[in-house]
Amino acid sequence: MNFPANLRYTKDHEWVSLEGNTATVGITDFAQSELGDIVYVEVETIGKSLQSGDVFGTVEAVKTVSDLFLPVNGTIIELNPALANAPELVNNDPYGAGWMIRMTVNDPADVESLLDAAGYEAVVG
Amino acid sequence: MMKDTPFTKKHIELGAKMAEFAGYNMPISYTGINDEHATVRKNAGVFDVSHMGEFILKGDQALELIQRLTTNDASRLTDGKAQYSCLTNAEGGIVDDLLVYCIAENKVYMLVVNAGNIQKDWDWIVQHNIHQVEMHNISDKTCLLAIQGPNATKILQPLTEMDILNLKYYTFAKGVFAGVENVLVSATGYTGAGGVEIYFEDKDGAPEKIWNAIFAAGAPQGLKPIGLGARDTLRLEMGYCLYGNDIDDTTSPLEAGLGWITKFTKDFTARPIIEKQKTEGVSRKLIGFEMVDKGIPRHGYAIMDEKGNSIGHVSSGTQSPSLQKAIGMGYVDTQHAVAGSEILIAVRDKLLKAKLVKIPFA
Repeated sequence: MNFPANLRYTKDHEWVSLEGNTATVGITDFAQSELGDIVYVEVETIGKSLQSGDVFGTVEAVKTVSDLFLPVNGTIIELNPALANAPELVNNDPYGAGWMIRMTVNDPADVESLLDAAGYEAVVG
Repeated sequence: MMKDTPFTKKHIELGAKMAEFAGYNMPISYTGINDEHATVRKNAGVFDVSHMGEFILKGDQALELIQRLTTNDASRLTDGKAQYSCLTNAEGGIVDDLLVYCIAENKVYMLVVNAGNIQKDWDWIVQHNIHQVEMHNISDKTCLLAIQGPNATKILQPLTEMDILNLKYYTFAKGVFAGVENVLVSATGYTGAGGVEIYFEDKDGAPEKIWNAIFAAGAPQGLKPIGLGARDTLRLEMGYCLYGNDIDDTTSPLEAGLGWITKFTKDFTARPIIEKQKTEGVSRKLIGFEMVDKGIPRHGYAIMDEKGNSIGHVSSGTQSPSLQKAIGMGYVDTQHAVAGSEILIAVRDKLLKAKLVKIPFA
């Protein structure tokens, strides 16, 4: 299992990478491995102002479906367009090409308060 | 407490993702469902299905008991033949679906039942065993490996003198396999990909011997271990019923499309009820559908007509790895069971379009 040190994590198995006020969000290596082959990522909350913990979409794997929870307060600005035709990117490269959304965060400090890699590893360990 | 099969340790060593299934610690996947699915469709894979139950029924009245409790006509079986059948309950529902093996005509039969139903089936048969047929539950000491795929028999043939390359569908042979005696090799399976299932006793290191011999012969040709996840996608593409999903104590064989194994040539439990269904028609039917809108159907989702009236429910659904489409099976009111017609599937908070298609899907 790989949990890059430069990212922040939630106990719901999402990772967050912050640049200015814009965060990129995806699911962790652990989450993709638990879900198995991902076939469909659905996000219909683009442009809505949401709170941390709100369901912002769903991820369908061959065997199961799981909700996606927003890591911090903010507004989703983009769903990774590559996932429409290649949802397997989430399995193959969860922290890179398999990112899920970009969002504007209300307060960048919220990201800092999320788990660091060691903290997340303790959650899934 | 979860039970192990003789291969559970092996699966863990091989890095399989494990989960509880029917009380057993089973491999769900090794490398990923899509990859494992493709391996079986195109080449060959090995499933550990030792969790399945096996009963031996012996004696002059064994056939009579089987005939009375199952829907298919077991009197047609001769030595070395097997058939798919159903145990029905008094209301005409399905206690279990099973395989009946004719080991010695009129004398010895083996019933292979679903792991989750072993106790229920055993109790049901014992309860109806009025002629004191000798019964043995050999489930715990019986190993079952399914080697499935177009190249399966070619890979296995060097391990035995039994002619498994030419074994006809739903027949079996018994003999020495990989140096182990009394191995039953059956040309059956739950994938529609061809191949065999092999039964043998868990003794004298037989599981290790057979597993290692199979992989020594097959690994160079791309043979891989396969988990239950791909077993489910493979069977669903073929439209094979899964007990607990597509059939259960409340579904009749005719509703489930199992009329072909329901023979009114003899008497069996609830025959009058099921015969009446045949004459008058059933009120609901198991149908296949594929999604038109994007989404994956899952067991339990409601099925609606175009006006939003509930007309049934999804019994199984998945993204089909072979077809790259979302497919499912479900029960709908008979009037809606028309190939090509559109239905709506309630996928969480949305109604998504789907259309009825013929089974098998692939």
